[in-house]
Amino acid sequence: MQHPLPSDAGRHRGSLFQSHITAKTAHTSSQVSDHEQKQKDSPRSLTMSGHVGFESLPDQLVNRSIQQGFCFNILCVGETGIGKSTLIDTLFNTNFEGHESSHFYPHVRLKAQTYELQESNVRLKLTIVNTVGFGDQINKEESYQPIVDYIDAQFEAYLQEELKIKRSLFNYHDSRVHVCLYFISPTGHSLKTLDLLTMKSLDSKVNIIPVIAKADAISKTELQKFKIKLMSELVSNGVQIYHFPTDDETIAKINASMNGHLPFAVVGSMDEVKVGNKMVKARQYPWGIVQVENENHCDFVKLREMLICTNMEDLRDQTHTRHYELYRRHKLEEMGFMDVGPENQPLSLQETYEAKRHEFYGERQRKEEEMKQLFVQRVKEKEAILKEAERELQAKFEHLKRVHQEEKLRLEEKRRLLEEEIMAFSKKKATSEIYQNQTFMTPGSNLRKDKDRKNSNFM
Amino acid sequence: MDPLRQSPSPSSSRASSPRTFSCERLGYVGIEAVLDQLKIKAMKMGFEFNIMVVGQSGLGKSTMVNTLFKSKIWKSTMPGLRVPMPQTLQLHSVTHVIEENGVKLKLTVTDTPGFGDQINNDKCWDPILGYINEQYERYLQEEILITRQRHIPDTRVHCCVYFVPPTGHCLRPLDLEFLQRLCRAVNVVPVIARADSLTIEEREAFRHRIQDDLKTHSIEVYPQKSFDEDINDKILNSKIRERIPFAVVGADREHMVNGRCVLGRKTKWGIIEVENMAHCEFPLLRDLLIRSHLQDLKDITHNVHYENYRIIRLKESHALPRGPGWVNLAPTPPGPGKVCRWAEDDSDEDF
Repeated sequence: MQHPLPSDAGRHRGSLFQSHITAKTAHTSSQVSDHEQKQKDSPRSLTMSGHVGFESLPDQLVNRSIQQGFCFNILCVGETGIGKSTLIDTLFNTNFEGHESSHFYPHVRLKAQTYELQESNVRLKLTIVNTVGFGDQINKEESYQPIVDYIDAQFEAYLQEELKIKRSLFNYHDSRVHVCLYFISPTGHSLKTLDLLTMKSLDSKVNIIPVIAKADAISKTELQKFKIKLMSELVSNGVQIYHFPTDDETIAKINASMNGHLPFAVVGSMDEVKVGNKMVKARQYPWGIVQVENENHCDFVKLREMLICTNMEDLRDQTHTRHYELYRRHKLEEMGFMDVGPENQPLSLQETYEAKRHEFYGERQRKEEEMKQLFVQRVKEKEAILKEAERELQAKFEHLKRVHQEEKLRLEEKRRLLEEEIMAFSKKKATSEIYQNQTFMTPGSNLRKDKDRKNSNFM
Repeated sequence: MDPLRQSPSPSSSRASSPRTFSCERLGYVGIEAVLDQLKIKAMKMGFEFNIMVVGQSGLGKSTMVNTLFKSKIWKSTMPGLRVPMPQTLQLHSVTHVIEENGVKLKLTVTDTPGFGDQINNDKCWDPILGYINEQYERYLQEEILITRQRHIPDTRVHCCVYFVPPTGHCLRPLDLEFLQRLCRAVNVVPVIARADSLTIEEREAFRHRIQDDLKTHSIEVYPQKSFDEDINDKILNSKIRERIPFAVVGADREHMVNGRCVLGRKTKWGIIEVENMAHCEFPLLRDLLIRSHLQDLKDITHNVHYENYRIIRLKESHALPRGPGWVNLAPTPPGPGKVCRWAEDDSDEDF
């Protein structure tokens, strides 16, 4: 699709200050009335008498967007080996790095990788999120939860940034998932339960585009029936998939017709095969060649057209204005914020936040008090116990002291007695010696002397 | 342009992402079609632009606006038929929808009759700042609602054109005061009004003196030097900055000159053509405001001035209690030290 290169507008802008366009035509007068409150009156249309020049506004906008670059995040959900990475490679005509994933992961994980692509002067920051291990487990009950959590986490990150006081939204790398490509296995029968459950849980959070993967495994007739069956199943289960917008006349027709082709039956391949005298991307079988970009063979071209060329901006828009706003509303309501207060007075987020903040601080204060008191109480208790122990110790000490004293007294007593005995004995000894000396002349007392001597030896 | 370079400018959003790979591209994908999608969306939604003109009476503000947008937005007042001068500063706003080549523009022009006309002009900037802050407040209130609208109506003043009377000397105290305060809250484009009373040399001298004054008082008018993103912008904006303030003449009458019909002022000594670069610099002003920098004006208003206001507001509300149904006109943001252009001061980040 040819369009004037935006760099023209850039050059145009630069050269404006060198050359100037002169005014033209007559000056018509139209009645204009002054208004005090512009809000109250609907704006009047005014005809201009000459070329003012703001028709360059869309170009200015485009220029700015080119400078900023674009951001696009695709989530691929599908079983391992169903062809997700190949399809993305084919869509963007690039060999993104990747290797075959194993089938033996115990849980579903999401792997996100960001690439910078550039086509002419448009820079695209593309993030591909792959579900690794989806549908591989024996028990698949927890399969879709990680995906939902991931999407919510991206919304949460954006919400946090938006709610910050000092924020930098213009610098923010938008990681919210803009589109989810859901890969359906080409069984030819119907949707699997896992598919239904997953899509049902994702449809209010992200734009879902279902695709039938490995469509070269189904024949044309079967494909038609399969598609009809799939769409009816989706409708009857209330799954809201993304419908291409039909409100703008320029693309309404093509979008409407594409809506009838959903889900797209795609084949992905980066291998080139010689067909006729050209090299085309195709898959070669012994019975023929399936060309990726041949509309008779598969819907790949339609998918690329719809996803990238026609509706990329709308996908981003829907994500921001519908899914993100829904998430934001739920999250804020969950946190307790309301737009309308108890008496139906409009409450501002600020007031509710203020009230909550006060409440929270009050709560915290109260808890602090509680803990303080608890602490004080515990300290008191401990003190009491320690005092008790001290007292006991003191008592014991006293008791021991007393015992000690008594013992001492007793020993003193004993000692005194002993000393008395010693004294008595020495007295006795002295007297007996005296007596011995006296009776030295009388032999009759030898016996007694010997006895005494023996005794004194003994002592 | 280096895609991974991170510049601190607000008007670009070079995203800061953790890990990116560059890969070889083979063949056509169709990414550039997104530009068309953008254009279609923009044309459908239409554009909004809010401009404010400030200056003393008789400087030709209404005429200038009419000339800028080539339509009778205001009935230009002639002396004698004028209503008696308003005693206080009032603000008049008018909204029009104009269309050119399929591009719809909702233009809101706010006039400030009575500015600087009283004997005592102290604090005459307060109502203007109040109005500007009120628009920011309105936007903020819309933004923090739980269920908010798909497209928040943007009434914030994107550009303020300040008319400097052609004294030929230098900026007056009133001008300096006003410019100092307003430059922090909104994009200000000063112009020398009624420039047909100055000769070319006088104009240049006056312009240089004004530039010196602005530099001395560190007043940053649009295009602000600190917001230049890359070398192209710097070159372009330097050229503009050399010519600021533009010497303009407004006119809404047509006269015949050399067989052509031109907008101009007819005097005994000649016809001053408004759109002739040799006569006055009106085309520069028009190109700056409309043809090349309109989106940029809106971006800076949204990314810098509005964010600054929001930060102040959210921090303030922690201190003051509020009642239901509260829309309080904040007093002018205090002192030079508080408002930070980049919003980069280290403050707590929790909401």
